[in-house]
Amino acid sequence: MPHVSALPIVTPFVAATALVAIRPLARHWLDDLIAVAVAAAVIALCAVLLYRSGSQPVTYWMGGWRPSHGVTIGISLSIDPLGAGLAAFSAVLVLAALIYSLRYFDAAGGLYHALVLLFGGAMAGFCLTGDLFNLVVFFELMGTVAYALTAHRIEERAPIQGAINFAVTNSIAGYAMFIGVALLYARTGALNMAQIGAALDAHRADPLVVVAMAVLFAGFLTKAAAVPLHFWLADAHAVAPTPVCVLFSGVMIELGVYAVARLYWVMFAGPMHPHLIALRAILVAIGVTTALTGAVMCFLQRHVKRLLAFSSISHVGVFICGLGLLGHRALAGVAVYVIGHGLTKAALFLCAGVLLHRFATIDEFELHGRGRELRAVGIAFALGGVLLAGAPPFTLFAGKSLIEAAASGSGYGWLIAVFTVVSALTAGAVLRVAGRVFLGWGPASGPDPQQARAARERVDELRDAREHTPRTMVAVPVALLAAAIAVALIPGAVPAIERAAARFTDHGAYAAWVLRGAGVHWPAIAPSHVSFDDVLYGLLSSGGALALAALALFGAPLRASLPGSLRAGLATAVAGLRGLHSGHVGDYVAWWTAGASALGAVCLLALG
Amino acid sequence: MSRRARLGLFACAGPALAVVLVLGFRGLPAFGHYHGVYGLVVNGVELSLRHATDMVTALNFDLRAFDTLGEEFILFAAVTGVALLLRELRDESQRGSAADDGAHSFSGASDGLRGASLLLVPLIVALGVYIVLHGALTPGGGFQGGLVLAAGPLAALLAGRYLALKRLAPHAALEVLDALGAAAYALLGLGGLVFASIYVKNFLPLGIPGHLLSGGFMALNSIAVGLEVTGAFLLTWTEFLDQALLIRRRSERS
Amino acid sequence: MSFLPYAVAVWLFVAGLWGVVASRNLVRTVLCLSVVQSSTYVLLLGVGYRSAGRAPIVADVPVVSKLVDPTVQVLVLTDIVIEATVIALLLALVVQAHKRFGSVDPADLRPLRD
Repeated sequence: MPHVSALPIVTPFVAATALVAIRPLARHWLDDLIAVAVAAAVIALCAVLLYRSGSQPVTYWMGGWRPSHGVTIGISLSIDPLGAGLAAFSAVLVLAALIYSLRYFDAAGGLYHALVLLFGGAMAGFCLTGDLFNLVVFFELMGTVAYALTAHRIEERAPIQGAINFAVTNSIAGYAMFIGVALLYARTGALNMAQIGAALDAHRADPLVVVAMAVLFAGFLTKAAAVPLHFWLADAHAVAPTPVCVLFSGVMIELGVYAVARLYWVMFAGPMHPHLIALRAILVAIGVTTALTGAVMCFLQRHVKRLLAFSSISHVGVFICGLGLLGHRALAGVAVYVIGHGLTKAALFLCAGVLLHRFATIDEFELHGRGRELRAVGIAFALGGVLLAGAPPFTLFAGKSLIEAAASGSGYGWLIAVFTVVSALTAGAVLRVAGRVFLGWGPASGPDPQQARAARERVDELRDAREHTPRTMVAVPVALLAAAIAVALIPGAVPAIERAAARFTDHGAYAAWVLRGAGVHWPAIAPSHVSFDDVLYGLLSSGGALALAALALFGAPLRASLPGSLRAGLATAVAGLRGLHSGHVGDYVAWWTAGASALGAVCLLALG
Repeated sequence: MSRRARLGLFACAGPALAVVLVLGFRGLPAFGHYHGVYGLVVNGVELSLRHATDMVTALNFDLRAFDTLGEEFILFAAVTGVALLLRELRDESQRGSAADDGAHSFSGASDGLRGASLLLVPLIVALGVYIVLHGALTPGGGFQGGLVLAAGPLAALLAGRYLALKRLAPHAALEVLDALGAAAYALLGLGGLVFASIYVKNFLPLGIPGHLLSGGFMALNSIAVGLEVTGAFLLTWTEFLDQALLIRRRSERS
Repeated sequence: MSFLPYAVAVWLFVAGLWGVVASRNLVRTVLCLSVVQSSTYVLLLGVGYRSAGRAPIVADVPVVSKLVDPTVQVLVLTDIVIEATVIALLLALVVQAHKRFGSVDPADLRPLRD
């Protein structure tokens, strides 16, 4: 039992209090130094846990309250390689965000650093905890920090609105989780996830268990931004400070998917086993809807950060599909994909941040051709687009191949077509922006000019003058892209993640090592190999992305040749879809209610 | 969506959600007939193993002390967030010279009200201290007591002396109090790691059940939380009161 | 009667959501949010109640006496702290919204309208 288990959570918390306490000193360099040093230390601590849990998973009983006579009353950190790995990954992005923001924020010295460290500690706790209520507590902590960070640029209007919508919808998601916790506590008399799972194994799924699962899933899928619980995301991600977007898109929403996976395999896999096929269909349906809606909305945007936000929704759809296949190979694919997507999307947001700092706008058309002087940023942005398309043989490609192989094996081969469309649309949108902004291709004015107003920045985020781009702001995205290229190419990395996923999905073994501290012998897993078909699909989505980008930049004559009725129909559909994303918090909550009740009703009908 | 469409959507979705919840809740044990093992075990072990008599505090500051760590830091994060959101912006300025003092007293506050509210301050503070210290014995503890403690200085506001209150409890001092309380709670947990080799494990003598110094480190945890809650709530209230009473946009003033 | 507390919890949850959806004033939105949250208090405390059970304080009480479940009370305490913090943050945002938009009607807060 490593003594450092609790430290990835506690260290950033204590450092955050120190940062607030030394505010009267008002020393920027000291804030930066403490924050960066602590973030680096957390990576090291998570790496230790990852290494230790690789051979044998770790259960750390807080306060020494181990289970006795089969009853669990303490809180455990239940650390397996996938959880520790995700904690380490979130710590890496925290460090990247902090280094990128070394020259940021004159106004609120210390508070920003403190909040980012709290965010990092909360994410680590979320990944490591083995207690259901503790998971909800860390969810709420992440939320509290995130609402405040979203509205950091409080002088402007959009961040206020984005933060309100974010806070209201995610708070309701949290209340739904409380309902789920109460139901499971009433049924099992336990709060430890492994203990709840063991208690539920004894019975078939009845309406109480099904509703508890549905409200918990609805809660965490709100954080993950699954359609139709996703509306808050674009409003919040488009307006949060750029380094914070890295944490939001790169890992926070992915943690929602992680929680659903954890809850399913630890608690519900037993009672849901007879209904595996129905549950698979439900989750895949949610995933496909999310992936396609996000991809279409992404392609329609001209506000670049908002475009990237919808791209994240779309990729979360892919994650949910992979999770929904309910197998360890697909889950391994999701894990690889999360790493690749997180690094790439973080780099893209950071490149957008450079544009915003330099030109005080993030509107694709207003930036037409102005990016020519920022050659390194342009290359990084375009490279990010190519990676996002799933071009072989990089990390996103490796993850997608695993999911696709698993989909074919489970009778969901048609998902490959969905993934190809999604990759082509989201990457095509990024490449389109790269062509227009950094090369000056395509027309300089576009539809919906009123959107340009929302994309302008009145008050600068940075301490530096706009003419000067700090070197760290270019170095960090380049380093992240290098990592996105490299991870899957490291020999043994993908097979290690496959092994970790196989352990994650072993329902019986989890209860054994958490509750009884039993040593577990895992069966060996044959590593998957990339097939010729996978490379073909990867090339297809990359080619599709290039084609869509070219069509958007130079295809005006082609579009004009479409019959008028078809164009009118398309325009109506697009306007309808956009109209749903109204920015009105009442609309979002109405859709949340509809989504949660639909999920509950379908689960009750199909799994009862 | 139009207002009509929004309400229409909810008119379908809301009742559907209610039906789903009712179907799930029907599986709950009948009201008053819960027999979960968790609470029974807690009620059994805490007195014998930790010499605490208030089970809620024992859970809060010992068994589930790690949850309380998260809770503490939710409060700390929210106060930090409120400070961030309500900071004095570049286009705003704060008035608050001593000459303005009279402008912030409630008009119509009689001498009787002033005298009575100032008299209340020490009484409320004494009650708060009592509740914080007796958390392990009787209902109360750091959260409840801290809130009462924070209400004490606020009575000075009733007396119409907001600027006096700000002098009594300056912003920077409250921020330090809040941070110190939160840090103390996390560091007490680390004490467990250092002296008992597990985070948030008790490392102090247990005392005699029913006595003030019993329950091991629960009393210290309770005091740490009490400090933080006091600082946090005073800070939040003064941030809002600053907005209402002191901070003006520059354009409004000129 | 044994279902009544749970029915109240359902009612509070859905009625609070209705308030959030129909609100024309953000302060009201925030208050309705706390109505939704109070549904979780009722449910949790209802789950842990035992008929004729006493408060879980064991001072001056015979050891054999029946106590209500203390765990749900701790969960509710956490829940209350979360409510207080989220409401503080949201009200701070509403204050700023009033300054920047000159309105607290959610329909007027649409800078990013698609």
